[in-house]
Amino acid sequence: MTAATLTRRPGLAKLRAASGRSPLHLACLVVVGLVVLAALVGPWITPHDPNSAELGSALAGPSGEHLLGADVAGRDTLSRLIAGARTSLLGPLGVVVFSTVAGIAVGMVAAWRGGWVDSLLSRSTELVFAFPGVLLAILVIAMYGEGLIAPVAALGVAYVPYVSRLTRSLVLAERARPYVSAYQVQGHSALQICLRHILPNIAPVVLAQSAVNFGYALMDLAGLSFLGLGVPPLTPDWGRMVFDGQTAVQYGYPLSAILPCVLVVLTVVAFNVVGERWADRVARRDK
Amino acid sequence: MTPTPVPVLQVQDLRLTLPGTARPVLDGVDLTVGAGETVALVGESGSGKSLTSRTALGLLPPGAIASGTVRVEGEDTLTMSAARLRALRTGDVAMVFQDPRAALNPLRRIGDFLTEGLRAAGTKQEAATARAVELLDAVGLDASALGKYPSQVSGGMLQRVMIAAALMGDPSLLLADEPTTALDVVSQAEVIALLTKLRERFGTGLLFVTHDLDLAAAISDRVYVMYAGRIAETAPAETLFAGPRHPYTAALLASTPRPTAQGGRLAAIAGQPPDLRTTIEGCAFAERCPLATGLCRERAPEPLPDPARPGHLAACHHTDRLVAEGTPADA
Amino acid sequence: MPEPLLQVSGLHRTFGDVHAVDDVSFTLNEGASLGIVGGSGSGKTTTARIVVGLESADAGEVRVRGRVRPARLRGRARRLAGARQVQMVFQDPYLSLDPRTSAEDVLRETLRLHFPERDPVPRIRELLDQVGLGARAAEALPRQLSGGQRQRVAIARALAVEPEVLVLDEAVAALDVSVQAQILNLLADIREQTPIGYLFITHDLGVVRCVTDELLVMRHGRVVEAGPTSDVLAAPQHPYTRLLLDSVPHPGWDPGRIAEARQELAVSERSGATS
Repeated sequence: MTAATLTRRPGLAKLRAASGRSPLHLACLVVVGLVVLAALVGPWITPHDPNSAELGSALAGPSGEHLLGADVAGRDTLSRLIAGARTSLLGPLGVVVFSTVAGIAVGMVAAWRGGWVDSLLSRSTELVFAFPGVLLAILVIAMYGEGLIAPVAALGVAYVPYVSRLTRSLVLAERARPYVSAYQVQGHSALQICLRHILPNIAPVVLAQSAVNFGYALMDLAGLSFLGLGVPPLTPDWGRMVFDGQTAVQYGYPLSAILPCVLVVLTVVAFNVVGERWADRVARRDK
Repeated sequence: MTPTPVPVLQVQDLRLTLPGTARPVLDGVDLTVGAGETVALVGESGSGKSLTSRTALGLLPPGAIASGTVRVEGEDTLTMSAARLRALRTGDVAMVFQDPRAALNPLRRIGDFLTEGLRAAGTKQEAATARAVELLDAVGLDASALGKYPSQVSGGMLQRVMIAAALMGDPSLLLADEPTTALDVVSQAEVIALLTKLRERFGTGLLFVTHDLDLAAAISDRVYVMYAGRIAETAPAETLFAGPRHPYTAALLASTPRPTAQGGRLAAIAGQPPDLRTTIEGCAFAERCPLATGLCRERAPEPLPDPARPGHLAACHHTDRLVAEGTPADA
Repeated sequence: MPEPLLQVSGLHRTFGDVHAVDDVSFTLNEGASLGIVGGSGSGKTTTARIVVGLESADAGEVRVRGRVRPARLRGRARRLAGARQVQMVFQDPYLSLDPRTSAEDVLRETLRLHFPERDPVPRIRELLDQVGLGARAAEALPRQLSGGQRQRVAIARALAVEPEVLVLDEAVAALDVSVQAQILNLLADIREQTPIGYLFITHDLGVVRCVTDELLVMRHGRVVEAGPTSDVLAAPQHPYTRLLLDSVPHPGWDPGRIAEARQELAVSERSGATS
């Protein structure tokens, strides 16, 4: 008798094992960690005052004094990058927190109530969908003037549909499960069931989507401050730095504009990779 | 009778180990399905009955390590090449699943579903459709079903479609994994009637996997009773039910509620089947068995033939006591 | 004469042009157990869901101890009172428990909602004991429990409310035979210990024989036969009841004959409807 020993589907197993130790994911986690750290303690660890203009070292290249050089006004690029992390992350954080909370509320009410409430909420979020977030932000800034609040609020509203649509479909699926009926029969109120049972079950998926949204919001806000909108002129901010660096690029010193660009791209990619992987893992665990 | 030809399915000493378990999920399973024969594989969830039937298609769970042989018409599926396995799955062996709705793509018409296997194998569209109509007729549906979507027909009808689909490749072995569990009793009877009729007409060997002992008895030529990855008992259907030789079979029969029985309490089997995370010393059923002795916990019983009953094997140390004392009562 | 616990009269419910429930009436007495059997699409589950309040009826009423049970339970007090009238055990123990809540927490939550003034701990232990669950199972999440254990949790959850009527919708259909017998025995024990009334929805006539004393046979939304379980099973009057009984696998079973009988029944019904 021939005895066979074999393992089936090694391809998939390998893929799964590799993703567990993925160097890309690890690198992205490190980037996210460093950027968050900079945002938390940035003002205390900058080598120079990010706003002190030393005209003598304007457009200086990398040196012992200025590790990453200085911009047109002679401000230390490294210090501005570190200090800028806070504004650059705070904005998207605001966008994500607002859109997540509002999106979950809208999606949950739409899915739970159904009928005309669902139609009304779904159609109005679709209306927001049709309107580009950046345009909405520019409009709001034009109406309310400069400051971080206006663009964050506008983008926050613009991001609600991404969360609410996902939440709505998740709640619809969850609601069809008999455990929800069981709680209804037990006499629990709709609010209790939604908050205590449905929300924890759908939260991981929604939060993963929000992590991905964070990257996009960061990019949108950087774009707005590049256009000179939103962030007040002197505040260190990556998008603003790219805008300020334009003159330096014309003089042939691109470093002070390129570095914040690179940082924006890196951070966005890192947040997306970490967020998506989290979503994948959550999806797998649910199976 | 013609001399015994090569059985369509012959499983010998099949052992299957999954990652993260303390003992093999299948532990030395022997099973044979002759040409045109109906064999029932009975067991509770987790007994390994579905796993066993799936090995006939070369379907193993991810990370599974298998040993032994699973021969379909003499060829071992465990060592088969991927190309040969594909041919096997489209031709020689077909499967009918428990939940027809879950096994069908809801966005495709039944006609597409029925013909896609044949068309992928190179058959012309017209020929494939003609075959589909012929088989739909054989399962008692007319050609109008071809244009319908799965959501437009009832569960019983959908299971007929699944059976028709399974027969498209003219298989020599049909695996039916709890094909009637999702149906009500009347639809179940109809599907069974259909399977019986088709088996006679096409000469297909049928391995019927079920948890329902009474159903197994009513439809099959031979029954295998599985417990915790091992074959506890096998016998021709009538002899098994007239006189089980394994306490597990006896207890299962006693705990089945029947409309003809007296009302009131059932002779339930205490406890639960052993968890895969624990190892088993000796007989797997010893923990729940009213006849168990020290011997049962030390040494696993080998399947022994009953001299008075041809083809009746039971893996129990105390078959004689079971016969003498009768059905073990609720412990 | 025992007091009628649950009185259902003239229930109607249509989905589109399908009469899911068509003039269904029945009475469940205190401490009694009533079975509703029928094939898929017979309307038995819709009837149960209307009684529980998960579905609303187009016409007809449900009374518990003589008081009309409102179709919509609005407001906290009404919701809780409604829950204490009727509780339900669902078919699939894998889906009817919140995957994130342990048995103990499920019970605590329910007890806090219904009896906020009582200490839940001793009652939790009592309930777990009643359904035969140990301390380890009590702390485990549903996915760590077997099907039978989960169904015990679901039964304990329903009992925690101390309902007058327990609706069991195919409550043992998803369980293995050996476990099914344990749960059926457990249900029989509970009925001996409490004055609770059972409304048992099932397609399995064997199960009906075991746990009910009255039986209702439904087909296409209508009640086609009703009576004491033993009488109905021993001498079925309606051809559909006979068909159901013959469909249960037994020695000498002829499935081909059943398929024919069903067609005959369908034909006679059609001619009966047109004449």
